[in-house]
Amino acid sequence: MKYEDIVHRCFRCGYCKFTGDYIDFNCPSYRKFFFESYSPGGRMWLIRAWLNDEIKNSDRFQEILFSCATCANCMEHCVFTFSDDLVNVFLAAREEMVNQGIIPPAVRDYLKNINISGNPYKEPADERGKWAEGTSVETYDGQDYLLYIGCVGSYDERAKKIARAVGDLLAHAGISFGILGDRETCDGNEVRALGEMGLFQFLAEQNISLFKDLGIQRIITMDPHAFNAFKKDYPGLGGTFEAYHYTQILAPVVASSKIPLKDYRAKVTFHDPCYLGRHNGEYEAPRKILHAIPGLEVIEMDQSKENAFCCGGGGGNFFTDILGGGDESPNRIRVRQAHSTGANIVAVACPQCAKMLDDAIKLEELDDKLEVLDVAEIVMRALDQPT
Amino acid sequence: MIDIASQLAHIVGERFVSNNPEEAFFYARDPGLMPAHKPDYVVVPKTASEIQEILRLASRERIPVVPMGAGMSLTGLVIPLRGGIVIDMKRMNRILEVNEKARYVIVEGGTSHGALKAYLDKHCPRLRHSIPDSPATATVAANVMIHGQGRLTQQYGFNSDMVSGLEVVLPSGEICTIGSCALSPYWFSKGAPLPDLTGLFLGWFGATGIITKVALKLYPRKKMRDVEIFVTDRDDLVPDMVYELTHTEMVEDINIFAQPMPMIFKDNHHITLFITGDTDEELEFKRKMVWNCLDGFIKSKDGGFMSVPPVMKPTLLDMPQRSVSRFADVKKGGGFEYSGPIIPVETYPACTRKVMELGSKYDLAYSAMARVIGRNHAMMFGFAFTFNRADPQMMERTRKALEEGGEFALAAGGVFWKPTIDEQRLALEKMDATTRDLMKMIKENLDPLGIMNPGNWEVV
Amino acid sequence: MYTLQFDINHCKTCPTGDCLVKCQFMSLDKTEAIKEMIKIAEGKDSPVLHDCVTCYGCEEYCKRGNHPFYLITEQRQAKGILTAPRAITRQWINIGEPRGKARLGQVKGKVLSFGFMPELLQLVRGRLFEDVMPSYVFGQEFFCNVVYIHFSNTSIIKERLPQVLENFRKLGVKEVVCMHDECYGAFASLAPAYGMEVPFRPIHYFEYLYGRLHDLAKELRPLRIKAAYQRPCSSRLSHDTHHFVRDILSIIGVELVERAYQDENALCCGDILGMNYGYELKNDVQSRNLDDMAEHDAEYCVFNCSACQNVLATKVAKRGIKPIHMIDLCKMAIGEKPSMEVS
Repeated sequence: MKYEDIVHRCFRCGYCKFTGDYIDFNCPSYRKFFFESYSPGGRMWLIRAWLNDEIKNSDRFQEILFSCATCANCMEHCVFTFSDDLVNVFLAAREEMVNQGIIPPAVRDYLKNINISGNPYKEPADERGKWAEGTSVETYDGQDYLLYIGCVGSYDERAKKIARAVGDLLAHAGISFGILGDRETCDGNEVRALGEMGLFQFLAEQNISLFKDLGIQRIITMDPHAFNAFKKDYPGLGGTFEAYHYTQILAPVVASSKIPLKDYRAKVTFHDPCYLGRHNGEYEAPRKILHAIPGLEVIEMDQSKENAFCCGGGGGNFFTDILGGGDESPNRIRVRQAHSTGANIVAVACPQCAKMLDDAIKLEELDDKLEVLDVAEIVMRALDQPT
Repeated sequence: MIDIASQLAHIVGERFVSNNPEEAFFYARDPGLMPAHKPDYVVVPKTASEIQEILRLASRERIPVVPMGAGMSLTGLVIPLRGGIVIDMKRMNRILEVNEKARYVIVEGGTSHGALKAYLDKHCPRLRHSIPDSPATATVAANVMIHGQGRLTQQYGFNSDMVSGLEVVLPSGEICTIGSCALSPYWFSKGAPLPDLTGLFLGWFGATGIITKVALKLYPRKKMRDVEIFVTDRDDLVPDMVYELTHTEMVEDINIFAQPMPMIFKDNHHITLFITGDTDEELEFKRKMVWNCLDGFIKSKDGGFMSVPPVMKPTLLDMPQRSVSRFADVKKGGGFEYSGPIIPVETYPACTRKVMELGSKYDLAYSAMARVIGRNHAMMFGFAFTFNRADPQMMERTRKALEEGGEFALAAGGVFWKPTIDEQRLALEKMDATTRDLMKMIKENLDPLGIMNPGNWEVV
Repeated sequence: MYTLQFDINHCKTCPTGDCLVKCQFMSLDKTEAIKEMIKIAEGKDSPVLHDCVTCYGCEEYCKRGNHPFYLITEQRQAKGILTAPRAITRQWINIGEPRGKARLGQVKGKVLSFGFMPELLQLVRGRLFEDVMPSYVFGQEFFCNVVYIHFSNTSIIKERLPQVLENFRKLGVKEVVCMHDECYGAFASLAPAYGMEVPFRPIHYFEYLYGRLHDLAKELRPLRIKAAYQRPCSSRLSHDTHHFVRDILSIIGVELVERAYQDENALCCGDILGMNYGYELKNDVQSRNLDDMAEHDAEYCVFNCSACQNVLATKVAKRGIKPIHMIDLCKMAIGEKPSMEVS
């Protein structure tokens, strides 16, 4: 197994479970299951036990491994020098399990759907660009940027609304960009996170080749997960593009008042997406946008930025739902945290977070008190002139 | 035969019971070097009444029960030596009450030191508690159960001395309050002016009952903290130096360490002392007092205050000190254990020479690390070694070094702290026979079925 | 073996006795000063060997080409008179021990030497250093080891400094810009005093900065601030470069406040004094020095040595004076951000 040489080095001290200030446990799966085995240290010790044949690959073991949301809280707070590789260890173990073909059915189904349809929804490729109908968003044809939407934004009803907001807003800001429409395929970030490295490589190479053929050099992504793949994993496969999350492009535009915004009175708390924040260190761009909206009050949750609590959708859990369920599921905990700030909007910058938190609001019966909106949707509400 | 797992599930909910091999593997061991033994069940209860139910079930079925906090003792105290039920307490993590003016807090039995620190940082900026250097996951209840120490130990004694009340579930399943809270709504005293019954539980490692609530004394928190390090090459003078420092009554905490790596620490003993103040003047006055109390040693060139680089200060001022855990992987092996007897301060020179001797005899990276308890009344002395978890021979060498270190300290007049099962046996053997009988009487009366963390403090 | 070249006749014919008359920590008149220095040179005991606090000042006060402080250090070691607690000396010797872990940039004929001061690595960004960077050396292998004169130990210097010179020789460098003036002092003063051959031209970083500011003259914006200068002990070994302080400050528009403790009267940061002699001496020196800065309305305290800055930054900031390294000040003058936070 890759990274096998570090699994014995975990002291299981448990700093990985906490926020940096210890205000709460911040590992989503530990927070839900409350067995040490579901914490990063637990995984390290159990992976070692599995490699040493002291335990078997069971349903429970699969749940332990695949309930990791790859949120990187452990990487942020582990005190050891190998902290950067903690999630890599978990992914390496998943890869081994995939290679042996012993994985949870939900994971198998997800991978199968991507393999067959190029998306997890089993939807036809020509539906991909449908979200853009009725907007001013153009197809990519040599513009400055490619706007990459990803599977969730292309097919999920809630996320499609965000895609339209992002598209409209970028157009309104005068950014020169286009989309791939039905030529877009899965970026593979979740495929990689679920341990199917071969399929990930195939998807990445396919995308890299297409991007290169089209002369694409700069990519704006709507989904932080795609942003992560393009920024961190594609270069190793020969795909070196300038990758941006859309908030990074919009922040300077909005902050410099190039887009006139009207007063929008609301109390907003921002939920950091793990793949924008901890994985890629971008905490400020979305906040800059929110702070630039007149009348908007931004309230931070206790667990924010490096200490943000994950919505529970990362690492493929958005699709597999291995971590979901019950009143202690991460998305419900997160919604309660957001609600306790007194905010009436929880702002997100990731379609997966949006959907996860939307679901949780319904389960928590907070529909009339709290609304989930993507940063782009909030800006749209504050636009002086509708697009 | 009844299905214990179903019974437990009935008590705590299905999700919070496991008899799976994965949990059995993990909860069979701690990060230290004691042999593993698997539990039959692991449960994660939410309330004291669930614990009562679990203990009633365990009594009925005569199943061993082991309460566990973060499992950080390193000496195997929560390894279920005879199987049974491990109760992971960490879901009972509420902070129930802070009495600001009487300076105490009541927490549930699974609340971590980290969470308590964060709570006080946020809500009670003028109050603090004695934070140990064990990882932030260490629980308050387990820490007082093992007579842990912390940042305020030089001033106020063992962390268990700072307890001001307990709620305990007895092996019978009955629940009782200990201290002033037994007859008052206030949790200000663990015993006095009544008979102090906390002695029936503290130090017993769960062999007499399970702590479900702890009241802990809080102390004034000054706005500023700083750290100074006095270095000396004379181990024999360390007790005198500490005596002078404790005489000032100006120091928050005194830790001493000696280790060969990194190079900045080679060859010397480092007396790390923390000072606090609400103003620059207060802090500087204390600094002057502590520097000047050691002036004689500076003049005789037997020691001096080193220049602590600004980059080193955050590491030293960190609470808990994460660098202590980091010691486990300095050799990229993830292992760390120390034998930490409580010793008379005057035996520091002998113990520190012993740890160096053991490091060299067993070819191990070592650290001598000590914390002064009270005004020089005693010190915790750690014979600390780091080992490679993937190297069984090295683990065996470490085990031997720890055993020798502990026995050396015992012979020198020290007393084992959080002793392993073997050290408990040695302690009971050496102990005044009447005292031993008294312990036996207490244990047999409280836990007649012998189901509570069996193996621990068992007088044969 | 390397021996200190010291000419006792210079002392015997000295018209001033400045070396000890000017000492800020001892009170000797001219006759006593000359008498004591001759005694020391003759290998006899002297109160000076017991009372000197290692400020290095006499190295500058002597204008007759002798090295009074090196001599004092030699004789202290010979007589076993300790300045520092043994543990402190041991600690510093251990820290400086070569470990084969030096870091080299892309070394060219001209190289920046950070010695073994990691703080310097973050200071050398920007246009001021683009001429030389990334040609640099860092690590114990290039550490001048001069600091041990504070600890009455020249034998360790004699053991290690030749090896450091050899390490530079092996790199084939022609010019070494010393980013710490103790390093410059090692190559320009101490090594020659002991007859060690220096295989390159040492350049004090002040001189380098002065040249670069001329190159970047068009970018210069006068800072229009009042500053005190914290002169380090090591500057006494390279007093020939001290004029650059005024030269640099004047071209970047910084007014140097004319305070009591500057130039020859400078007071050191006090760090070594504390380690070696305890609280009272350290506190006295620091308090007088900082009061003097504040009384003269300095807005900034300009540091030459990052060790001084480590020790005094918080203390000067508490008096409302902004601590800043000379390099950062020059960066500000060409419109660049300082590397270290200015509180």
